[in-house]
Amino acid sequence: MNTSVTLFGNVLKNPVIPASGTFGFGYEFAEFYDINCLGSISLKGTTLLPRYGNPLPRIAECPNGLINAIGLQNPGVEAVVNEEIPKLKKVYSSKVIANVGGHSVEEYVETVKAFNICDDVFAIELNISCPNVTGGGMAFGVDENIARNLVQAVKAVSNKPIIVKLSPNVTDIVAMAKAVEQGGADGISLINTLVGMRIDVKSGKPIISVKKGGYSGKGLFPVAVRMVFEVAQAVSIPIIGMGGISTATDVLEMMMAGASAVMVGSQNLIEPFACQKIVNDLPLLMEKLNITDINQIIGRAFKNA
Amino acid sequence: MKQLKMTVLSNREVGLNTYEMKLQGATTLKSGQFVELLLPNHYLRRPFSVGFYKNNILTILYKVLGEGTLDMTLIKPNETLDVLSELGNSFDKTNVKSPILIGGGIGAAPLFNLANDFFESGITPTVVLGFKTKSEIFYLEKFKKIANVIVATDDGSFGIKGNAVDAVTQSDLSYDKYYACGVMPMLKGIQKTLGNNGELSLEARMACGFGACMGCSIQTTKGNRRVCKEGAIFNAAEVIF
Repeated sequence: MNTSVTLFGNVLKNPVIPASGTFGFGYEFAEFYDINCLGSISLKGTTLLPRYGNPLPRIAECPNGLINAIGLQNPGVEAVVNEEIPKLKKVYSSKVIANVGGHSVEEYVETVKAFNICDDVFAIELNISCPNVTGGGMAFGVDENIARNLVQAVKAVSNKPIIVKLSPNVTDIVAMAKAVEQGGADGISLINTLVGMRIDVKSGKPIISVKKGGYSGKGLFPVAVRMVFEVAQAVSIPIIGMGGISTATDVLEMMMAGASAVMVGSQNLIEPFACQKIVNDLPLLMEKLNITDINQIIGRAFKNA
Repeated sequence: MKQLKMTVLSNREVGLNTYEMKLQGATTLKSGQFVELLLPNHYLRRPFSVGFYKNNILTILYKVLGEGTLDMTLIKPNETLDVLSELGNSFDKTNVKSPILIGGGIGAAPLFNLANDFFESGITPTVVLGFKTKSEIFYLEKFKKIANVIVATDDGSFGIKGNAVDAVTQSDLSYDKYYACGVMPMLKGIQKTLGNNGELSLEARMACGFGACMGCSIQTTKGNRRVCKEGAIFNAAEVIF
């Protein structure tokens, strides 16, 4: 039974990666379980300077998910490199993925550059799809030319593979994927949250302080599977699939859609042991389905068509 | 943090739109900590302060505010709920000899466990409770057994007319530390009126409740702090409103 997958030459013991923003910098989950069972970890979105983020409320519940508008709260790249990652390394031995957000090409470039010295980071996930930062984030993820140029600029300064995290809030996800591949992206992760809103019917006002936020959770899963399925057939770089994955079955489904690895997000917030359970369940489920090597199922949904 | 299944023992209305639920399960809880219940057919867990915990029986007090808490009122005895327990920090009672506990509405809930702690250590605390109106008052007789109680109602239908802050200022109380729980405008008023010699129990909309999502971060004089992880209890001096 083989559950290991390889991303950019880096071997992950399994394809399960907690998604950025749902797992902090990882070490706090080590109080709950041995996080060394995880294939890798995508760190909390990091910007050049520290950010508090948006005012409260930042959270609104939804059917099968939630809306968040955290607004990239983080301690800034210097603290992430010098404090957060060293703390994580004490409890986690595999290499991790740093997630970078920004407001300008210059900010993305400087932040990505700051991770060059970090040997514990094997790839950078470029967040060009955060819906919760005014004048930034998602602005880079909805225009093909802007996205391509950003990836080129970042690739020019980084010594690590670049994964571009795509927004589902676009007309043509395949066109965006092709654009970032042309820009030199080494991989693609998708999907980020769908822009959503909830209104308190007693007050008539939006629940979230900044009105809109990103919807994530189980409800997103079928949309994510469809988008991964389409993108996987259009590009030749590896895809990390995410969006509503909650079980080991979801992991296999997402990989059959074309993902080489997966990220688990919101489920961590309602079940702190979610990723551990998924990792434990995965080989049992594979055995039931007569899958001996998880790599054999990547893209099965279109390869068999 | 501890995850466990708890069995519902009772679930009854104790004041207007205010319910008491008792659950059985072995955990360790201190005054000021909270638990999160996973309700059937709702995605996020819901945080509730510890109203009382003794002999493996947890009492939570909750107000019906939305669909989740409304559904919660329908939960019957013997049902089992998935619970995250032992969340957040706790009230600091070190060297406190004459405490005053101030609760606004459902904010009285965590103060009941705290008042019991003081009472059991030989100190009778003063408890000031503010409610909108008489019908919303709950646990008054229970508080009276362990504390000197002052009640205020916004409409004057019971006790002092005014809110909890008004009741404190009108009652000329001497104390060495205050503890307050209620909505943010009330806590802001408490901090302004009573100063820094106290602790505030904050509430916030949370996604996870254990420090992962940053959904409940507030700004304090010591930097950003998560209500669920570094709180929900904060020194009054630290909170920036």
